[in-house]
Amino acid sequence: MDWSALWLSVRLAATTTVVLLAIGIPIAYWIVFSSWRGKFLVEAIVALPLVLPPTVLGFYVLVAIGPLSPLGRVYASVAGHGLPFTFEGLVIASVLYSMPFAVQPFSAEFAAVDRRLLEASWSLGVSRLETFRRVVLPLSIRGLVTGIVLSFAHTLGEFGVVLMVGGNLPGVTRTVSISIYDAVQSLDYASASRTSLLLLIVSFVILATTYSLQRSVWIKPRH
Amino acid sequence: MDKAASLKAGPNRLRQGYGGPPEPSATAEGPGLPPQASPKGLAVHVNVARRFASGFQLSAVMDVALAPGSICVLFGPSGAGKTTILRQMAGLERPDAGTIRLDDDVWCDVAAAVWRPPQARRIGLVFQEPTLFPHLTVRDNIRFGVGPGSDPIEEIAALLGLRDLEHRHPRELSGGEAQRVALARALAPGPRLLLLDEPFAALDMPTRARLRRDVRALLHRTGTPAILITHDRTEALAIGDTAVVVIGGRVRQIGPVRDVFSHPADVDVAASLGVEAVLPARVLTASGGLLDVVVGATGGRDVVLQVAERDALAPGTEVYACIRAEDVTLGMQLSTHASARNHLEARVVSINAEGPVDRVSLDCGFPLDALITRRSREELNLTAGSQVTAAIKATNVHLVARS
Repeated sequence: MDWSALWLSVRLAATTTVVLLAIGIPIAYWIVFSSWRGKFLVEAIVALPLVLPPTVLGFYVLVAIGPLSPLGRVYASVAGHGLPFTFEGLVIASVLYSMPFAVQPFSAEFAAVDRRLLEASWSLGVSRLETFRRVVLPLSIRGLVTGIVLSFAHTLGEFGVVLMVGGNLPGVTRTVSISIYDAVQSLDYASASRTSLLLLIVSFVILATTYSLQRSVWIKPRH
Repeated sequence: MDKAASLKAGPNRLRQGYGGPPEPSATAEGPGLPPQASPKGLAVHVNVARRFASGFQLSAVMDVALAPGSICVLFGPSGAGKTTILRQMAGLERPDAGTIRLDDDVWCDVAAAVWRPPQARRIGLVFQEPTLFPHLTVRDNIRFGVGPGSDPIEEIAALLGLRDLEHRHPRELSGGEAQRVALARALAPGPRLLLLDEPFAALDMPTRARLRRDVRALLHRTGTPAILITHDRTEALAIGDTAVVVIGGRVRQIGPVRDVFSHPADVDVAASLGVEAVLPARVLTASGGLLDVVVGATGGRDVVLQVAERDALAPGTEVYACIRAEDVTLGMQLSTHASARNHLEARVVSINAEGPVDRVSLDCGFPLDALITRRSREELNLTAGSQVTAAIKATNVHLVARS
């Protein structure tokens, strides 16, 4: 079994999840509470990875972070090396690829908070941002947990985007799903089957744990 | 005033208290007139317009002077625009045009692009359903809008009987308890004005009556004036000092609550206030402070009512005679000893229980309802078809000149 590939995937999934938590909450907040009429455009862009082939997303990310793009050049001049075929490049691609799996559960939960609770808080002199922190976030634990778990699990199993952006460098960009693909290509079915089974069990345990936790997470009254 | 100052003022206001019930608040006689000054009270000015996609148009003008601790009821049928007015006052909705002022503070002036958000208005807001923060205890709910360590909370919680509930979560409270917490939460930061949107409507009768009394007492104690929405006339009479009648998106009448209920400004107001009988009539004669009014009746026989003259009405004036069912007494024969001027022969059409009393529908040549106690109904042995005499005092018939 390719332990280094598994470890890389876990690191990638964890990093991506943390980044998505940091940027997904503001994006979801904006989607739910903005009164801009054109916000459906942003919602559509966030949801794109759900329907776009990973290779297409991967291709554009590769172009966007490559040495010919402004972003790629800035990064290269700061870091001394380019983004493609690095762990950082993979994180950028994974964040974009898993974005809907974080933002959609977040925003669905934010939107489900009874609006009168927000109005009550505002009338008590509490600012909109503080109201979000003190009322919306605590009542959205369920959606936050769902978003975190789905982002993690989705990144853990990603294949096409990684291959396009990261290639197949052992220990750097060879994630667990690529190592399975490699094993099958080289007819090492025993290794492929062990790794696949491990991934299956890990994914199942994560999801099962989440669903069981959600049952006992404090019950939020639904209106 | 900034928040720190208001917090400091809170406990003092509470301890100081108020001796008796407040004076009935001074009010404008009609829309558009400036409020009469009231010492230490609040002058509320609302002049807002809003057009809704449904075609409903709100165009409300009200100037009300609120004495400390007094309650102004916004009264009207559902869909009249009461909640929209309240939400605009709270800063939760914006009018298309107009101004909202509290004393000299401009909360909203569309023409001048002035808009204060709800956070800057220092109001307390209570909805029909208790909207408590479900993840916080009663104590944390009440403290939500105040800084740490302020003590008016303890007193408010005590006054509302919440001391034993402080560590519970909202889901462990009854509807009445939850609404008490919502009130305590709204009052804790020391608001200048309390806005209540049918706060008792979701509660059962005994709870409602108790909470109503407690709210009245608490507002007197804190000196906080309130504007309360209701469509329940009993509630308006029970709790209101001033009444503002809203019908079809417009303010139709403003005045002390008893005046408004006993002297509706026009027939729409009379109908929405629950004056049961609104009878088309014509003034026959006027003499000695009494008007003789003929009520058009079915079957060719006209019925003449004697009415105390409040406004000078020339003979021939078309009027509506408004008679409240509470003011109609029933007897078995013509009484010559009572002071009531009007004794009408009537037939009982139907009897319906209405809470603790019975509503007796009569045919006196025109339809008329009487509210009587169950015991009276039993003593008179009334059933559908009984012949009775309906007595109405001349002072209890209110005339509205038809326009």
